[in-house]
Amino acid sequence: MRISQKFEELKDKNEKALIAYVCAGDPDPETTPSIVNALVEAGADIIELGLPFSDPVADGPTIQAATCRAIEAGMNTERYFEMIKDLKVNVPLICMTYYNLIYRQGSKNFVKKCAEAGISGLIIPDLPLHEADELIEICKEEGIDNIFLVAPNTSDQRLDAISSKSSGFIYVVSKLGVTGEGKNISSNVAGLLDKINSNLPKAVGFGISNRKHVEEMVAAGADAVIVGSAFVNIIASKDNVISRLKEITKDLKEGCR
Amino acid sequence: MNHYYGDYGGQYVPEILMPPLQELEEAYEQYKADPEFTSQLNDYLENYAGRSTPLYYAKNMSAKYGIKIYLKREDLVHGGAHKLNNTLGQALLAKFMGKKRLIAETGAGQHGTATAMVGAKLGFETMVYMGSKDVKRQLPNVYRMKLMGTEVVSVDTGSKTMKDAINEALRDWVTNVSDTHYLIGSVVGPYPFPKIVRDFQSVIGREVKEQVMKIEGRYPDSIVACAGGGSNAMGIFYPFLDDEVNLFAVEAGGEKLREDDKIAYHSASLATGEEGILHGARTKVLQNRDGQILESTSVAAGLDYAGVGPELARLSETGRVKPCYITDMEALEAFHELSRLEGIIPALESSHAIAYVMKMADSGILGDTVVINLSGRGDKDLQTIMDMED
Ligand SMILES: Cc1ncc(COP(=O)(O)O)c(C=O)c1O
Repeated sequence: MRISQKFEELKDKNEKALIAYVCAGDPDPETTPSIVNALVEAGADIIELGLPFSDPVADGPTIQAATCRAIEAGMNTERYFEMIKDLKVNVPLICMTYYNLIYRQGSKNFVKKCAEAGISGLIIPDLPLHEADELIEICKEEGIDNIFLVAPNTSDQRLDAISSKSSGFIYVVSKLGVTGEGKNISSNVAGLLDKINSNLPKAVGFGISNRKHVEEMVAAGADAVIVGSAFVNIIASKDNVISRLKEITKDLKEGCR
Repeated sequence: MNHYYGDYGGQYVPEILMPPLQELEEAYEQYKADPEFTSQLNDYLENYAGRSTPLYYAKNMSAKYGIKIYLKREDLVHGGAHKLNNTLGQALLAKFMGKKRLIAETGAGQHGTATAMVGAKLGFETMVYMGSKDVKRQLPNVYRMKLMGTEVVSVDTGSKTMKDAINEALRDWVTNVSDTHYLIGSVVGPYPFPKIVRDFQSVIGREVKEQVMKIEGRYPDSIVACAGGGSNAMGIFYPFLDDEVNLFAVEAGGEKLREDDKIAYHSASLATGEEGILHGARTKVLQNRDGQILESTSVAAGLDYAGVGPELARLSETGRVKPCYITDMEALEAFHELSRLEGIIPALESSHAIAYVMKMADSGILGDTVVINLSGRGDKDLQTIMDMED
């Protein structure tokens, strides 16, 4: 499913989107499909499935550990695409990974495989806009969205450039830092959301981990929230994982209504 | 502004790092020719670092190996390695930029030590990230950093070496961009770091040019330097790029030139790596079929790195610089050989460059006059050597 279609559906229902991140292959490649199914069943609108990279510099300890578990358990690029092909969920799927894994396969080849597997968008935290010209062209040809990130310290000039080149949605990083569960979300996010001059939906991520955060972000003007570490911590606990994932997903989704 | 060296280089970093990289580039272009900046830096280089360093004619080694061998004595720089040339430049720049805090990665602990020195001298809060494997094998340097008031953070992820220390330093920088300068220790990372570090290290090559002219009346046939990230190599090579001098970058051949899906049993990224993206730059990288970065291996912590500076990758692609490698065992032999012949105990990193000259002296490819960049002294490695002899 296209990302834009999902956002239109939600707009009609007057809801915001819950975007759920998990790392493919965590705790092992066999378990990931059941985790994704549980998230979708409980109300996640879009799934961001991480393709694990050995050196994830934009991630905090929680997702770093998930990445290690997944690679240890045998996750790799080939299995990733096979897994996605076999998933039977009717929500947009986004591939989140680091640029070397794409570059290594050849961007064209990688993006083609994404399209064949049914992936709708790409998030690459270490690929800033000015290094992405080639990839943007290829993604356009294959009908894959390029989701770029903006941060609290992004200049107005770059905000405009990023807004004009992004597709799918704009990923608004809530804080200066790496991914990970946070206590409080900065009150400056509203100002940042206001400054972004774009028709695309704006999704806030980094540190969002409970219903209160979600409600604050919705009130601040977010069209979507991205939650990752909160799910990954449950997966890491090995304790009642599926039912706890469903429970928190329902609660977070309530905050989007 | 062109951020590339041929196809190598660029800025593959999270969006949060774009403003500080731009700020750094602007500040560097502004201050590098500023009379106050350059006169302070030159004063520090002379009176704090102890420059210029001698170009020493290694008579006994020359006699034994049958060619004229000169050692550029960067081991005599305060702290015991070339690293201080760069940290003085960058810390002063950070001071001019109004930064309050320095962070750095370190492999051998030499760059960490050189950062701790400038941190103490110029009044920065200083934090150094170091792989836990390196903490164990370079303990004297860990202690030196602490003595100078630097906090050393042991990094226990991935290969537990320099690659992982850089990851952690980047995460810190992303979190503390406004008041912190990331004082990167080699010609690696996103632009403008490869350029800034190369420029500050080029003092080595500029001095050699003058010194060798005075002694020999001509340039040497070859210059040989070890390459981890490539800063001592770029520093001595750069002023000679347009001259008829052969340039050899000696990488760590480790145990052997073999890789599996997770581990490279060496650190020879120029000689065997493939194009990839690591730590913000497109360069030669040790990686598996999927693009996962391999754990590298070397007896020399400062060479134990899966990437290499983009400009050095470019120069070796064009053939201007010849990449080569030396195994752990060969480097250890050279360590002992130089100690016995000249009474100079070299760093294990620099021992790779020495070993290469010993190995190739007869072959003719070095010519008859060679300069080796003796990038550091070996005191930090004594524990490693003693353990190996047990
Ligand atoms: C003495 C010495 N030589 C060489 C190196 C390798 O670094 P580079 O290749 O940047 O000169 C190090 C790094 O720690 C070092 O301590």
